[in-house]
Amino acid sequence: MAHISKRNRRREKDRQTAANNRRELIAAGFKRRDLLKMGLLTTAGMLISKKGLSAHPLTSAGFAYDDPESPPTTPFVENMPRIPVLAPVASLTPAPTIAPNTPAGEARTVPHQAFAQFPPLRFYEMSEQAGTVLMAPPGELPPQTIWGFNGITPGPMIVERYGPLGSPQAGSVLLRLRNNLPVNNGGFGLPSVTEHLHNGHTPLESDGFPCFFMERGQFYDHHYPNVYAGINSTHPGTGDIREAMHTLWYHDHRIDHTAENTYKGLAGTYILFNEFDTGNENTGFRLPSFGDGQNPLTSFDIYMMFNDKVFDEVTGLLAFDLFNTDGILGDKFLVNGKIQPVLHVSPRRYRFRWLNTGPSRFYQMFVLGPNNSTKSFWQISTDGNLMERPVQVNSVRFSVAERNDVIVDFTGQAGKTFYLENRLEQEDGRGPTGDVLPAGQGQKILKIVVDGPVVPDNSIDPALITQFYGFPNTTDAPRITRTFRFERGNGQWQVNGQLVGNCNNIRFAIKRNSVEKWIFQNNSGGWQHPIHMHFEEFQTLSINGQAPSNSGLITKGRKDVFRLEHNMEAVVFFRFRDFVGKIPLHCHNVVHEDHAMMVLGEINDVGDNKTQP
Amino acid sequence: MTTMNRRCLVKLLGTTPFIGATLAHAQTPPALATFKNISSRERIRQRYFPDLVLTSHEGRKVRFYDDLIKDKIVIFNMMYAKCDGICMPITMNLVKVQKLLGNRMGKDIFMYSFTLKPKEDTPMVLKHYAHMHRVKPGWLFLTGSEADMETVRQKLGYVDPDPEVDKDKSNHIGIIKYGNEPLERWGGCPGLSNPAWIVETLSWVDWPKDMKAPAGRGGQR
Repeated sequence: MAHISKRNRRREKDRQTAANNRRELIAAGFKRRDLLKMGLLTTAGMLISKKGLSAHPLTSAGFAYDDPESPPTTPFVENMPRIPVLAPVASLTPAPTIAPNTPAGEARTVPHQAFAQFPPLRFYEMSEQAGTVLMAPPGELPPQTIWGFNGITPGPMIVERYGPLGSPQAGSVLLRLRNNLPVNNGGFGLPSVTEHLHNGHTPLESDGFPCFFMERGQFYDHHYPNVYAGINSTHPGTGDIREAMHTLWYHDHRIDHTAENTYKGLAGTYILFNEFDTGNENTGFRLPSFGDGQNPLTSFDIYMMFNDKVFDEVTGLLAFDLFNTDGILGDKFLVNGKIQPVLHVSPRRYRFRWLNTGPSRFYQMFVLGPNNSTKSFWQISTDGNLMERPVQVNSVRFSVAERNDVIVDFTGQAGKTFYLENRLEQEDGRGPTGDVLPAGQGQKILKIVVDGPVVPDNSIDPALITQFYGFPNTTDAPRITRTFRFERGNGQWQVNGQLVGNCNNIRFAIKRNSVEKWIFQNNSGGWQHPIHMHFEEFQTLSINGQAPSNSGLITKGRKDVFRLEHNMEAVVFFRFRDFVGKIPLHCHNVVHEDHAMMVLGEINDVGDNKTQP
Repeated sequence: MTTMNRRCLVKLLGTTPFIGATLAHAQTPPALATFKNISSRERIRQRYFPDLVLTSHEGRKVRFYDDLIKDKIVIFNMMYAKCDGICMPITMNLVKVQKLLGNRMGKDIFMYSFTLKPKEDTPMVLKHYAHMHRVKPGWLFLTGSEADMETVRQKLGYVDPDPEVDKDKSNHIGIIKYGNEPLERWGGCPGLSNPAWIVETLSWVDWPKDMKAPAGRGGQR
């Protein structure tokens, strides 16, 4: 494997041996059931840790990290929860103010910059607080204490709409968050939080800058105008429709403590409709209807939040590796808060919105059908941005924070069972090995049974959609080209040879309403990094000198996370428009992020000329 | 393709043929009652802070958890005296942190530097190193048996997943880890961070305003 350095060869050899052993077992005719019987395979489809067999890493001392191994759970029993939709409130007390309402306990320090232009029309309020949930079938794992928005995880879904073209003010909302987290964290978690709407075109004082955190008892007002980029610059009064985003999520972004806080549950979903992506399959692009998000007979647009976790084998409780700095892999796979659940669907088309919240795992998701067949589906968006048009694919690969909207067609499949299967092999927090496992040998994450009633399907065949919005051009001359070289030294992350400093270390300034070209370089050996930029999406111009791909693993399109793989160099194109303030560029392997793999910058009206910030 | 029988399989896996026992453990979800009701604080102690006896640069025997960590706010780093790399700058940086922490050092905040080369770093060597850097009370340099120091290193996560990198002590991990043991709040930051920033990160795990530090804390035994 070309990307493996000399230093990694021995490890690579161990890994290959393990992989070969696994394949030999299969080849030798040991069926999955035999392995199960012998206790060598979990029902999740994972091999039990045994040296030379398991993909679990060994340390130099020759023993596996004493990561807890989760107690067994029975897969595919619990129904996959549909995420509840958050209802707006009539008003907030105290009423929101442009200036931070410090006397009333608001933690915000910067006035709202776009409040007068886009006065919020709808109000939401959530409390970040502890809650108790069951993640496994009843009677298997004990109730888990999580931290969640309104005490649940995933947090409630915010379903909003952009204002119609011509009246952008109609989309404006305000979300008040209150920190009601307890002092006692049950082993991990810092009850000091900041919330990022990933990746809204949000005035930056409301964007969840990692250093804009609130303490227990405080609140923070986030103003989300829900406008298209370009609203105050290239496309005044409307914004650029081609900048529309439809699948977003919100999560804690507390500097240095994001991994434990999101792992503990502080993440939720946020979707935006407009007059094209309407949520109604009879109008606009005619994508499967959202309905009320709950009723299986009318709601065919389903958000799925994936994450992997590990549970303490002694207490059965969610465990977080406090001193891990590489990245954390779980051995239990959750969808919308339940371990390996089941989804019952009708024989028709569905829109699935797939989000990986980490902490550190990458997925390559396939739809596994009967007899280890692989069912193709349509990918329609990258990180919430509709592609040029739907593309038929066999899988999508996504690292932490990446989203993929897909259309899966179960028409004519009544009575059949499918699984969402992750076939991307990953052994540790450094990233996937690059190997894609054969069908049926990956991790089965969700069981999908086509046993729902026959219901009308007025959504359009994705093959007939020839264009969504199209993409803005990438030919405008950049004001500056900047390079960000991600490296590792002394077990720590460096960007452009510098240790990433602190909240006061603002390393670069982008001029508002300008175009920049950025080069991402991964010089960190065997590591891969999901590199995330807030506030604006980029378009990839090239990856290792090649144009991005619009088939197979899609890399063409508008995105906010760049999956920076081994020894990769990518050139991306950004427009920074409309609003000003502080922004982070960071790795979204949240364990890396918490170990300072982050550069802080700002957007202002001056800009700077630092080509290697 | 080779044919494999169960004997081969067992050999390959290095397991005993007591498959049934493995099966029971691996497959049947345990009854809820089998889970133990142990506090998360105690589980953290069991998992990360084994009962080891180390020796300080002052020549005192200290218990890793009971004497060094329990009821305290602590800062950890790894070093060795003859290090030409990152150790010296981190030590010098932590001297500045020590100064900024003022009289809380040794009262409820403690700093521990664990040697990566216990054979070389006898208490005498570490004492010399500490004196050279004008280290004040509340900061201990610690050595012990090779096995124990390796355990400490592993438990505190000063491990690189690449075995070759991990072996190279001259390029060891330069992160400092910090935490408040009774509050169960832990974190880490680069050892070469601005000293004022290190003190700020420590403030995130400090005792809340409405909580008093545990009684009897402080003072090294």
